[in-house]
Amino acid sequence: MNPILLTPLDISIAASLIILDAALSIWLKLRLHRQIAIAATRMVVQLVAIGYVLRFIFSLNNPAATLLLILVMVLVAAREVAARPERRFKGHSNLVIGFVSVGFATFVTSILALTTAIRPQPWFDPHYAIPLAGIILGNVLNSASLSLDSFLGSVRRERHAIEARLSLGESYRESIAPLVREAIRRGLLPIINQMSAAGIVTLPGIMTGQILAGLDPLEAVKYQILLMFLLSGGSGLSALATSYLAAWRLTDERQRLRLDRLE
Amino acid sequence: MEAALLVKELRSKFAGPFELNLGTGACAAVTGPSGSGKSLFLRMIADLDPNEGQVWLNGRERTSMPAPEWRKQATYVSAESGWWADMVIEHFALNRRSEAAALATRLGLRDDLLDAPIAQLSTGEKQRFSLVRALLPSPPVLLLDEPTGPLDQESVALVEALLQERMATGTSILLVTHDPNQAQRLGDQRYRMVAGHMETL
Repeated sequence: MNPILLTPLDISIAASLIILDAALSIWLKLRLHRQIAIAATRMVVQLVAIGYVLRFIFSLNNPAATLLLILVMVLVAAREVAARPERRFKGHSNLVIGFVSVGFATFVTSILALTTAIRPQPWFDPHYAIPLAGIILGNVLNSASLSLDSFLGSVRRERHAIEARLSLGESYRESIAPLVREAIRRGLLPIINQMSAAGIVTLPGIMTGQILAGLDPLEAVKYQILLMFLLSGGSGLSALATSYLAAWRLTDERQRLRLDRLE
Repeated sequence: MEAALLVKELRSKFAGPFELNLGTGACAAVTGPSGSGKSLFLRMIADLDPNEGQVWLNGRERTSMPAPEWRKQATYVSAESGWWADMVIEHFALNRRSEAAALATRLGLRDDLLDAPIAQLSTGEKQRFSLVRALLPSPPVLLLDEPTGPLDQESVALVEALLQERMATGTSILLVTHDPNQAQRLGDQRYRMVAGHMETL
């Protein structure tokens, strides 16, 4: 079974639904029509652009180009991780922590899946590597930013407790351990929820996409299961890396709590 | 007098340089306005805040030992007590319960409070429990930041009696207090902190 290809006319018909939203906004004075128009235009431009970028990279079929694109994606994700928490490190530490943990988790899980489960020929074939890295990146980004937010928020709240332990001669590692644990927990919650809800509350995106593209539902389900496992591993790795890197950045060689390194 | 705690050119971005020579079993009391750097001075000695300079304890320089080891020797008790578990008793080693209870009683804390949740304690009760926690391992140097700040007169007397008893058995105390009378009562040496500098009184 071949996928049903869309023509520009098909899409224009769907675009009339945006006009409906805009009309609604004008009629009910929601003052959202400008935003709707801008968002819809952005969406179309961004997606068409990435479509061309992907087509170009696929045609190059060059591992260096694939790697470069994935690195750019990791960098954009790291910026998100850095920007979301309420509390931040001075300087670029947020960005560095985001880049290292998101990049590490994405590369480890993607490479594992490409070399052991999906096994395209060659394993770094951009058709597989880029979309897979993209999906993992989105999830891993979420875990990393939740963990960082949790850690930086609690460390200031728990300052007196941490310093009381340090004063009594406990190591920094012991004193900070409950906060690191909580941060990792926070980073893992979304994927647990996602796994529990999969198939009942939501039909996950990949599976839906593959069914629409003509794949047998059970084959699509297999892909989705593989993906969920990858995402849970990726979330765990990024939550772990983020929390430990942030904890490490907040101390020094004399095991002090260096809150002066926060904004 | 042999120095138990010797502080040489201790400074940070915000305060110092400080010099101090505290004998075994002696007490140095520091008074001064809020924000003058009294707490910072104690925290720098405990190596909780970044600082430069040398601090010796009984002839050993602090950088010769790991920071946690040092803080077990020179234990800082903050003016605002910190708690990391829900119940009071969880902050004490299991096998030291009776010793903790004995110290708590001496500071006028009711027996049942040891099994109470932290959230039920008053500020003054928390302050005294944090002192019990620090006194329990008998560190040779105590760095006390307003240990009787939130206490009533009766409890202040109990705390001071216990501290004097510890001094008599060789514990050296560096005390920050806003009460000049307390400085008079406990301090063998008295200093006044003004804008990050310490003057001898």
